[in-house]
Amino acid sequence: MNVCTLKIDGVEVVGTAGETILDVARSNNIEIPTLCHLDGLSDVASCRLCVVEVAPSGKLLPACAVAVEEGMEITANSDRLHRYRQQIIEMVFLERNHVCSVCVANNHCELQDKAAEFNLTHFDLCPVNPRLEVDATHERFAIDHNRCILCLRCVRVCSEVEGAFTWGVSGRGLDTRVVTDAGAPWGESDTCTSCGKCVQVCPTGALFEKGRSVAQEKPRRPFLPYLTDKAGVPA
Amino acid sequence: MTTKTTPNQLIIDPVTRIEGHSKITITLGEQGEVTDARFHVTQFRGFERMCEGRPVHEMPSLMARICGICPVSHLVASAKAVDAIMATAPPPAGARLRRLMNLAQILQSHALSFFHLSSPDLLFGFDADPAKRHLYGLVQEFPQFAKDGIALRRYGQHMIELLGGKRIHPAWVVPGGVTSPLRAEVRDEILAGVPDAIERVRRALDWYKQAMSRWNEETEVWGNFPTAFLGLVSEDGTAEHYDGTLRAIGPAGTIIHDEIAPTDFANCVGEAVEPWSYLKSTYLAKLGYPDGIYRVGPLARLNVVDRMGTPRADEELAEMRSRLGRWPSSSFHFHYTRLIETLYCCERIEQILRDPGILSGRVRSQAGINRNEGVGVSEAPRGTLMHHYVVDDDGLVQRANLIIATGQNNLAMNRGVKQVAQQYVKSDKLTEGMLNRVEAVIRCYDPCLSCSTHAVGQMPFHIQLVGPSGTVLDELATP
Repeated sequence: MNVCTLKIDGVEVVGTAGETILDVARSNNIEIPTLCHLDGLSDVASCRLCVVEVAPSGKLLPACAVAVEEGMEITANSDRLHRYRQQIIEMVFLERNHVCSVCVANNHCELQDKAAEFNLTHFDLCPVNPRLEVDATHERFAIDHNRCILCLRCVRVCSEVEGAFTWGVSGRGLDTRVVTDAGAPWGESDTCTSCGKCVQVCPTGALFEKGRSVAQEKPRRPFLPYLTDKAGVPA
Repeated sequence: MTTKTTPNQLIIDPVTRIEGHSKITITLGEQGEVTDARFHVTQFRGFERMCEGRPVHEMPSLMARICGICPVSHLVASAKAVDAIMATAPPPAGARLRRLMNLAQILQSHALSFFHLSSPDLLFGFDADPAKRHLYGLVQEFPQFAKDGIALRRYGQHMIELLGGKRIHPAWVVPGGVTSPLRAEVRDEILAGVPDAIERVRRALDWYKQAMSRWNEETEVWGNFPTAFLGLVSEDGTAEHYDGTLRAIGPAGTIIHDEIAPTDFANCVGEAVEPWSYLKSTYLAKLGYPDGIYRVGPLARLNVVDRMGTPRADEELAEMRSRLGRWPSSSFHFHYTRLIETLYCCERIEQILRDPGILSGRVRSQAGINRNEGVGVSEAPRGTLMHHYVVDDDGLVQRANLIIATGQNNLAMNRGVKQVAQQYVKSDKLTEGMLNRVEAVIRCYDPCLSCSTHAVGQMPFHIQLVGPSGTVLDELATP
């Protein structure tokens, strides 16, 4: 086993080759916030909430996607990082239309939790307020793009766990959308197995079971034993 | 945007998404007489457009956000409209629990309207110094009265919290029923509060009845004109706030419409829009616009029913009818009827809670989209509330239409303002006393602009006196 020693927030820790900074930090009880990461799925570093400073350059790198190296000196929590993370959460909110009070995932939303954790009391920037649609063509599920934060967990769980490859990504920048079957309405998808894994991993209320009212969409990840933490315990 | 006025200019004041802004324009003829008066609602909400494209199951909670005073009323009417789209009905316990929360809502809102907002006028007099004619003045001079009002409102609000988890905007009422059954300890806690609530309403009612003669002049000229009345009635002719069918009667009790199912509401009421107000005016379709003027709310409800259906409220209703006649027409009597209805709410809450079936664990029905259109009608504190949705096959809202009590009272409020203006405006000068009276006649209807909790006891009014040539002669605004 290739072992390397490094420092995170001044604490000497040990990691093994292939582990990410996030893996090592969490196994040493050092908290690094994430949104797109989910144990059991590959990492895509799309949310950038887990950025850390790596000495000596101080360059910001996503902890979920950077492997540990011998002698690394990492700052995982600082005022600067707190400010950046707060701004990231703010921009995630402003890019789409998030209205917690009338959301199916109210009180069960990771974005909402992060906003509370980072004390996001107001927005300094202007909201984009895009006009986005709800695709409710599927018999059991619906996607509300207003609430999607493009974490791509749905894309990953669909390909990596279910093997259906229904979900994909289209467009770029502000026009980026998660899509089913390359843009066909979800209800017309030939590949979707209606397993519902995408709904269960969604961190917000973007993907939900039809018929849910406000605050009734609660993730049921224990039903997904494929998603495990490093100790093999269901996430 | 606010444009300051100068003589010969009308004020344009479309302040969006704020609550309770209104304006009154009084127009004078050649001889200085009042020829017209209009009550303008200058705020725009746009909820009917906002919900287009949303999943219909979200509608109850989305619609509840219209108002912080009566969110439960919107929850209930909206959930019923979605029930209709699902072509399902809640289990009996679910329906009873919804009914219970609706009654709690009416109780707390009526307490707010009568005690907190209207009673300072009634106790201190309409010409009393505004510096003491408010809730705090009430606390100082009539502490028991103030305590009763606060306690009744607290009781209703606490009941909503016990049932739905929070006082304002509980997400407990959902399509198909409610999210959780009633626990025995919650039932017992609510039941324990009923005798105290009844005692407090009785005290206010007794005082009101002995003081009524003080307001004979106001009763004569404050919205005292013949109109039709509309409200929900149960099958046996008793009061109904959750289910039942619509009944409209003429000023002398003639039945205009009866046993109108909620889905057929459009056969009963029409909607008109005037360019000078964001508030729609509804009218009885059979009589046309504007002859189809009608009123909703406690006065209308007590006029359309045969009896209330609870012992104490029935006694009070009989006494009221012996004092005022079978179909009282003055809008001043909204206060009296509001108190009787508050008493009814307490009694009905007790009746519902004494039913052993209320603790049943089966409180929600599940169904998908089985119809493309649904209507939900219930009685809100201020009157009949109608939600009408059209959805596509996937359950996304294509069109929503809300008919809210204040809109239904709009024609009558305008006529009431005109009546008061004709009585009190005798020159080209507005006086403070006149302003107070115009405020108070509007307050009889307890309009939800959402006005009722603004600057306790005072609505943000702006009154203009306009001469025959359109010149603004005088204007007054509450600070």
